[in-house]
Amino acid sequence: MKKIIILICVLFVGISTEAQKKKKNAKLILEVDGVCGMCKKRIEKAALKTKGVKFASWNVQSHELMVIIDERKTNEVKVCENLANAGHDTKKAKASKEAYDALHECCKYRNGEVIEEHQKKQ
Amino acid sequence: MEKKIIFSIFFVLGFLQVFAQQTLKGKVTDKDKQGILGANIYWLNTSVGVTTNEEGKFQIPYKSIYKKIVISFVGFKTDTLVVKEVNFLTHVLKEESVLEEVAITAQKKATSRSFLQTQNVFTVNSEELLKAACCNLAESFETNPSIDVNFSDALTGTRQIQMLGLNSPYLLIAQENIPMVRGASQVYGLTFTPGTWVESIQITKGAGSVVNGFESISGQINAELVKPFSDKKFFINGYGNLNGRLELNTHFNHKINKKWHTGLYIHGNIRTEKFDKNKDGFLDTPLAEQINVMNRWQFTNNETGWVSFLNFRFLNDRKQTGQLNFNPDLHKGSNTIWGSEIKTKRFDFSGKVGYVFPELPFQSMGLQIAFSNHDQESYFGLRDYNINHQSVYSNFIFNSIIGDTRHKFKTGLSVTYDKYNELVETTNFDRNENSLGAFFEYAYDNTENFSATLGVRLDHHNLLGTFVTPRMHLRYVPWEKGVLRASIGRGKRSANIFAENQQLFASSRQININNSGGNIYGLNPEIAWNYGVSFLQGFRFLDEKGDISLDFYQTNFENQVVVDWENPQQISFYNLEGRSVANSFQLETNYRLNHHFNLRLAYKFFDVTTDYVSGNFSKPIQPKHRFFTNLSAETHKRKKGSQWKFDATYNFIGKQRLPNTNSNPTQFQLAEYSKGYSLLNAQMTRIFSENFEVYVGGENMTNVKQKNPILGSENPFGANFDSTIVYAPIFGSTFYAGFRFKID
Repeated sequence: MKKIIILICVLFVGISTEAQKKKKNAKLILEVDGVCGMCKKRIEKAALKTKGVKFASWNVQSHELMVIIDERKTNEVKVCENLANAGHDTKKAKASKEAYDALHECCKYRNGEVIEEHQKKQ
Repeated sequence: MEKKIIFSIFFVLGFLQVFAQQTLKGKVTDKDKQGILGANIYWLNTSVGVTTNEEGKFQIPYKSIYKKIVISFVGFKTDTLVVKEVNFLTHVLKEESVLEEVAITAQKKATSRSFLQTQNVFTVNSEELLKAACCNLAESFETNPSIDVNFSDALTGTRQIQMLGLNSPYLLIAQENIPMVRGASQVYGLTFTPGTWVESIQITKGAGSVVNGFESISGQINAELVKPFSDKKFFINGYGNLNGRLELNTHFNHKINKKWHTGLYIHGNIRTEKFDKNKDGFLDTPLAEQINVMNRWQFTNNETGWVSFLNFRFLNDRKQTGQLNFNPDLHKGSNTIWGSEIKTKRFDFSGKVGYVFPELPFQSMGLQIAFSNHDQESYFGLRDYNINHQSVYSNFIFNSIIGDTRHKFKTGLSVTYDKYNELVETTNFDRNENSLGAFFEYAYDNTENFSATLGVRLDHHNLLGTFVTPRMHLRYVPWEKGVLRASIGRGKRSANIFAENQQLFASSRQININNSGGNIYGLNPEIAWNYGVSFLQGFRFLDEKGDISLDFYQTNFENQVVVDWENPQQISFYNLEGRSVANSFQLETNYRLNHHFNLRLAYKFFDVTTDYVSGNFSKPIQPKHRFFTNLSAETHKRKKGSQWKFDATYNFIGKQRLPNTNSNPTQFQLAEYSKGYSLLNAQMTRIFSENFEVYVGGENMTNVKQKNPILGSENPFGANFDSTIVYAPIFGSTFYAGFRFKID
C-alpha cells in the first residue's frame, strides 16, 4: 500500500514538475529590434515559422514581441535564433552581417538615419 | 605583470569614464504634466537603466553609442526615442487605451476596400454614410456602386436593393452579424434601421461565410450599429425635406460603471402632406409615421475577457397610400376609392456574449441569440395581406488555431426557428421552419501573399431537408498592391413569395402558384451556386493614391422560385425549369485627386436571364448597363474643426426591359424597353465645430420622373390596374436640410 502511495506521489510530483517546466501555452515577451511595418511582418513571420510558436505580435513602438509558445516543442533561444536568421537582433541572439544586410533598406534598424526617417513619418 | 594588469584595468576604466562622463537628464510626465514616479528608463539593447523619482525626473549615463532610449510604465504606452544630443528630455507618456483610440480615428477612411481580407469586402464608415444624409439603411447605399437601389412599386416608393443583379432576398442582411432583414421584413426591413444608428456597413460580394448560415446567395451586408461605449454622449439630428418628410433622431449614451455602458436611441419620422405632382389621382409618396426605439447594453471586462451586448428594440410603423381623398376610417373596404395601409409592429431582442481567453489572444468563443416578432397588417384596395413572423436565432462560435495563427478555424452550432402566419386575401398560409446546423470554417494565411477560407456546414431543416453548404474563398497577391480573389459557394433558402413581392397586391393581377407539391407554398426551396473572381490594384498616380478593381460574378440557380410578371393579368410563381443565371461585371476606380477631392467611378454590366414558361427572357426592370460617379470635396479643417464638405453622385441607368403588356388594351400597353435616364444627387455640409453641423442637399436634381407609373389609375378596381411596373423615380426632385448636434 505504502509503495502505491509513494508511487502515486512520485507520479504527481513528476507530472507537476513536468507541467511547471513545459507549458503548452507559455507567454514570452522578447525584445526584438526593428523599425517599421515591414519589420513587423518579417518578425512575426519568422517567429511563427518556428515550430511550436502559436502566436506572435510585435509592437513597432515598444519593440516588444509577444509570443505564445508550446514549451514542449520550442524555447526562447530557438525563437531568437530564427529571428536572428531573419535579420533581427534580440538579447539572446544577434543577426549575422549577411542576414542583416539582406534586409530591405527601410528596415536597417541599426542605422540612426533610417530610424529618424520612420519617426518623422509618425 | 600585476602592475600591467592593474594599469590596463585603470586605463580601460578611465577610458570608459571619458565616455560615461555625460548624463542625460529628463522628466517623464502624464498628459496632465504630472511627474510619473517609478517609470523605467533604459538604453535599448543595454542593461543601463534607471527609474524616475517622485517628480518624474531621471538621470541616466549617456554614451554616444547609445542611440535609443526606452521609457515605459505600467498602464502607459512604451515609447522608444532616438537620442542624438544630450539635452534635457521631457517626455509625455500616453495612457495605453488613449493611444489606441487616437490611432483608430487617425486611420479612419470613409470607405475602404480591403487588401488583406480573403473575401471581397467593402467597408462603408460613418463618414461615408453622412454623404447621403437620408435617412435609413435602405438609403445608405447611394454613394456605393456595389449596391444598386431600385424602386419597388409606385405606391410606397420603397427602395429595393440589389447586388450582382439579384434582389435583396438573395442577400444575407445582418445586424452585427445576426441575420436581420429576412422573412416577413424582407421588403421594408432595411427602412426600419435609422441611418444615424449605423456605425459602419460591410458589404461582401459573392458567397458568404458559413458561420452566418446557409441562406446567403449573392452576398452579405452587415450593419454595425453605434455602440454605447464609443458613441457620443448625446446626439440629436433633425431632418426635413420639401416633400413633407420630417425626421428626428436622438441618442443618449451613459456610462454606468467601468464595465457597463448603456444607450437609448429614439427615432421618429412623419409625413402628413399629400402630393400628387403627376396628377394621376394617387399619392406620389405615402403618408407615413414611425416610432423606433432601441436600448443597448454593453458589458466589457478586460481583465476576465468577457464582453456582452444586449439590445431591445421596438418599432411601430404606419404607411398610407392610394387615391388622394382616401380616408381609412371611411373608405377601408370600399370599392369606390382605392387606398392601402401597411401597419407594422416589431419587437426585437438580441444578445451576444463573447469570451476571449485572457492568456490566449487567438482563442475566443461567442454566443448570439436573437428573438423577433414581426407583425404586419395591411390591405391594398380590397386585398388583405397580414403576416406575423416569429423568429428565434442562436449561434455558438468557437475560434481557435491549429498549431499557429497561420491556421485558424471557427466552428460551432446554430439553431433557428421561424413561425409564419400569413393571410393572403382569404387564404391562410401557415408554416413553421426549424433548423439545426453545425459548421466548420478553416482559414489559412501564409502572412505574405496567400490566404484561403474553406467552410462547410451541415444543416437539418424540417422543410429544406438535410444538406451540405460548402463555401470557399481564395486570395492571392501576385505583386505589390495587387490582390486577386476568387470565391465559390452554395446557398439554399425558402422563398417567402408574398412578403418578398408585396407590390403585387397593388394591382389587379391574379395570383397563381403552380403547386408542385413542395414544402413551401407548394414550391421547392431555392438553391444556387455563386462563383466570382475579382482583381484589385492599388496605384499611385501624380503622387496621389488610388485603386482600380474589376470583378465578375455569376449566380447559377439549380432551383429558383420564378416570379413571372409576363402576363399583365397575372403574377405566377413556379419552380424553375431550365436555366436561370445572373452575370455581373463591375469596373471601379477610386482616386484622390488631391488633398481636397476624391473621385469614384464605376461601370456595371448585368446579364440576368431566366427561363420563364413563355421563354427565356432577361429579368424585367433590370438595366443592363449602369454608370456611377461620385465626387466628394472638403476644405481644410479650421481650428475648432470647422469645415465645408461637398458631395455629388451621378448615376446613369440604362434601358430596362419592361414586363410584357401586349395582351392589354392598347392604352395600357407599354414599350418593350424603358429609356435610359440620369440621376443626380448632391449635398453640402457645413461643420461649425466638433459639436454642430448643418447640411442641405438635393435628390434627383435633374427632376427625372416616370410618366404614368400606375397603369389604369383612372379605374383602380378595374382589370388593368397595375402599380408594379416602376423603373424610374415618381416624385421628381426634392430638397432637404438637416442638422446634427453632439456632445461628447
